Amino acid sequence: MSQPILQVSALRMTFGGVQALAGVDLEVGEGEIVALIGPNGAGKTTLFNCLTGMYTPTGGDIILNAPGKKPCHLNGLKPNKIVERGLARTFQNIRLFGRMTVLENVMIGRHCRAKSFILGAIFRPPATRREERDITMKSFALLRKVGLADFAGEFADSLSYGAQRRLEIARALATEPALLLLDEPAAGMNPRETVELTRLIQQISADGQAVLLIEHDMKLVMSLSQRIYVMDYGKRIACGPPAAIRANPAVIKAYLGEEDDAAA
Amino acid sequence: MPILAEIRFALRAALWFVFLTFPIMVIKADPIGQTVIWRWRNAVWVGACSFFVCLALRLWKNYRAKHPALGPSNDGGSFIHRILDHSGQRRAFLGILLAAAILFPFFASSYQTNIMITALIYVVLGLGLNIVVGMAGLLDLGFVAFYAIGAYTYALLHLHFGLGFWQSLPLGACLAALGGICLGFPVLRLRGDYLAIVTLGFGEIIRLALENWGEFSQGPSGIANIPRPGFFGMTLSLDQSILFLYFIMIVFVIATIFVVNRLRDSRIGRAWIALREDEIACQAMGIDKQKTKLAAFALGAFWAGGMGVVFAAKTTFINPASFTFLESVIILSIVVLGGMGSIVGVVCGALILVLLPEYLRALSEYRMLAFGAILVLMMIFRPQGLIPTIKSRYPLENLTDDRP
Repeated sequence: MSQPILQVSALRMTFGGVQALAGVDLEVGEGEIVALIGPNGAGKTTLFNCLTGMYTPTGGDIILNAPGKKPCHLNGLKPNKIVERGLARTFQNIRLFGRMTVLENVMIGRHCRAKSFILGAIFRPPATRREERDITMKSFALLRKVGLADFAGEFADSLSYGAQRRLEIARALATEPALLLLDEPAAGMNPRETVELTRLIQQISADGQAVLLIEHDMKLVMSLSQRIYVMDYGKRIACGPPAAIRANPAVIKAYLGEEDDAAA
Repeated sequence: MPILAEIRFALRAALWFVFLTFPIMVIKADPIGQTVIWRWRNAVWVGACSFFVCLALRLWKNYRAKHPALGPSNDGGSFIHRILDHSGQRRAFLGILLAAAILFPFFASSYQTNIMITALIYVVLGLGLNIVVGMAGLLDLGFVAFYAIGAYTYALLHLHFGLGFWQSLPLGACLAALGGICLGFPVLRLRGDYLAIVTLGFGEIIRLALENWGEFSQGPSGIANIPRPGFFGMTLSLDQSILFLYFIMIVFVIATIFVVNRLRDSRIGRAWIALREDEIACQAMGIDKQKTKLAAFALGAFWAGGMGVVFAAKTTFINPASFTFLESVIILSIVVLGGMGSIVGVVCGALILVLLPEYLRALSEYRMLAFGAILVLMMIFRPQGLIPTIKSRYPLENLTDDRP
């Protein structure tokens, strides 16, 4: 593996007495698709929330090594600063801006890559105009990429479920992330939509985009990811390529329980 | 039989109306004869009117449901939007509007012009609050505080330093914007109801400070003899200065609409709307929540401050009683009635809410009742406001070529 883009070491997160993350190590390399799986309540989304600055981790270290930039620590930074450093996410329960158009949703993603502020907005100097044009153009190109160009002028909440998921991905991609975090992208999708999504993620990855995803759909995980991390009770219990994970006894135990557990 | 069911429904509604309006419409106490007059005829009138109105509404609704092609489409394609959409029609429409606005004071009495000035002040106030409430979704119930800051800035600067209207105007607006930032900082983490309570408190604090800090603001007795704006050093008669103020307000309204419109179609405007839609997703997409919120508060307050200065100049006398909570509520109603986030809507809302009570004076005692009824009906039949926002469109056609 080449130089890792994301390096998480001994990450801890406690809520009062509950230890949601008990020292998690994780690495994502350049252009890799890495999956994070585990039973419900294992701490996957907590890990995402720590990575993206929604929570401030209690301990450990997160280092982002975006290509062409200096490595930086992400712990304790505000969410918007983390996005600027190059980490963007989607949400488990879709969080689009419902009463904004599909195009505007993606344009919001470009926000952190633009500069104009109040005076620029009022007087519209050439620099602002160029910037606006650039935002619109790049956003529309992304919509084309995820196959939503025809809906650019619709309100986001009028899209179908699968399309909303794809829009969330486009919006995250608009921030030009070094690493894209997808939180259960296939949740609630029908099989056809899942296939479309798989294809989309493959296509994004083919452009060299590194992806870290949480997912319960094992078919999707096994077919997409190069490496899989398995978590349970806030700890990493296994890590490796799909085939090895499938045969790992600890993973099977975590998912199915031990025999005497099942009897209890 | 559907028609029979409708009649039954309307009958029930009419009976409710009679029952609810019974205390005010039927019972009348005669304090001299110490008797109660029962005006049964009123009850019949109320019953009959509400029955027919209700029946007509129900039938119309059914008719519309059967002929969907007749109804306006759901994408907010109202009449005004259709006009504003078409660039030629828009130019003509705005031209006529401007001409009417310019000619208005020459045909109306100075009393009417004065009312119109008040209405235009509320248009700008509404547009200012629209940034905070309509776009950024921050429910601000203390907006009048910024209005007060502007008014007192002019009054006090004139009292102590003899500053004129034109020097005070930018100062008042900027001080109010500063006030907006001061309010914004502590409430950055708050949302919805909590934010509403804090802003309500802020508005009251400013008013109470003005009322009780006598050495600073002259307390409840207020500040008098505030000069009207001068016209290049010329002294104007009362009618002339009203006329002049009217044209100043026309310019202000146009400038405000221009600026607010540009703000909405900009990076920061989009960030405000995103903030209204989903705060968490907004941050996760790289928007600086603090900066965006503070900008909304400051820019909203800026207009209120400017209007405060104009208000002080218009009335030539101010005291804290002009800046009560009710005032905030009226400005908020303007925004909600007109349509949250919609610029055309807020302009119409302000004109209706200020002018309607004035012209309903003919109905004297029922004025506020009619006013309240209109608000209630609006919220039932058109909760999105008179003229809701439309989707912003971006020129996608010419995006394929890469000209700079």
